[in-house]
Amino acid sequence: MLISIKAETLFQVGGLNITNALFTTWVTMLVLIIVAFIVKTNLKAVPSKLQSILEATLEFLLNIIDVVTGSREISKKFFPLLVTLFLFIVTANWLALLPGFGSIVFKHGNEVVPLFRGANADLNTTIALALIASVAIQVTGFKYQGFRYLTKFVNFHGVSAFFVGILELVSEITKPISFAFRLFGNIFAGEVLLVVVTSLIPILAPTPFIALEIFVGFIQGLVFSMLTLIFLRLTMTSH
Amino acid sequence: MDAESVKILAESIKALAAGLAIGLGAIGPGIGMGILASKALEAMGRNPEAAPKIQSNMILTIAFVEAIAIYALVVALIILFA
Repeated sequence: MLISIKAETLFQVGGLNITNALFTTWVTMLVLIIVAFIVKTNLKAVPSKLQSILEATLEFLLNIIDVVTGSREISKKFFPLLVTLFLFIVTANWLALLPGFGSIVFKHGNEVVPLFRGANADLNTTIALALIASVAIQVTGFKYQGFRYLTKFVNFHGVSAFFVGILELVSEITKPISFAFRLFGNIFAGEVLLVVVTSLIPILAPTPFIALEIFVGFIQGLVFSMLTLIFLRLTMTSH
Repeated sequence: MDAESVKILAESIKALAAGLAIGLGAIGPGIGMGILASKALEAMGRNPEAAPKIQSNMILTIAFVEAIAIYALVVALIILFA
């Protein structure tokens, strides 16, 4: 069984390893860009099916964001980042379930290297997404509170306030780690589960597990975006 | 001990460690999710109008609690495969 935590290298460009997970990230980007392009060039007042599906999804997400932020203009400011994270994560997770992901292989001498690998099954991708979300949270804190944002962490107004500040600092550091590992763990564990079940009983038995993975992939995208939204909202106002 | 039996010993301890990691690591989140779901269902029973709000918040918090179990699973997988 081909299970490895490290994404396998396909080829090298300069000194940079191009791994199969990186390649799948490009495929995901291509899918999203092509769909967006198709909808954009056929934009009609009476929408076609694809356009109305996308409009319904985006409006649904905007309403969910409204519930947390409370105001439509703040929602519109956060909307691009959150929906991009959501769409990228869900597309990457669902693409990983297609046949060919993990089964189309190259033979490099003795090693067998799969051509495609789920994008979020590589810790590098999830750490990158987590860093994007965390930097966005910190920048929002500085933007809405100025330098008083730093008094959240370093506060000399009292002994207990000082320790709360240190606790807040630790909590800020664990946020990107928890984002990255939550997404990686869910998707990688799902992949391992599918590989094991398919190698035991290839006919019919993987079906409920693939359904579970579809659900989990969607929920993880939603959780990532909602968590980023909640943290963004929290940094906007000081307690 | 010769190299062969050291290797076998290492493999078996790895298997034991991975099993313990995920087994013990899933106890806490399992209990936590049970408490979470029971409180959410109780709240939904008391106030059926608020059911959609409660349900969406419940799914969100379930993902948080599940993350802890996933950390344990990641450790188990790292022990086995890396």
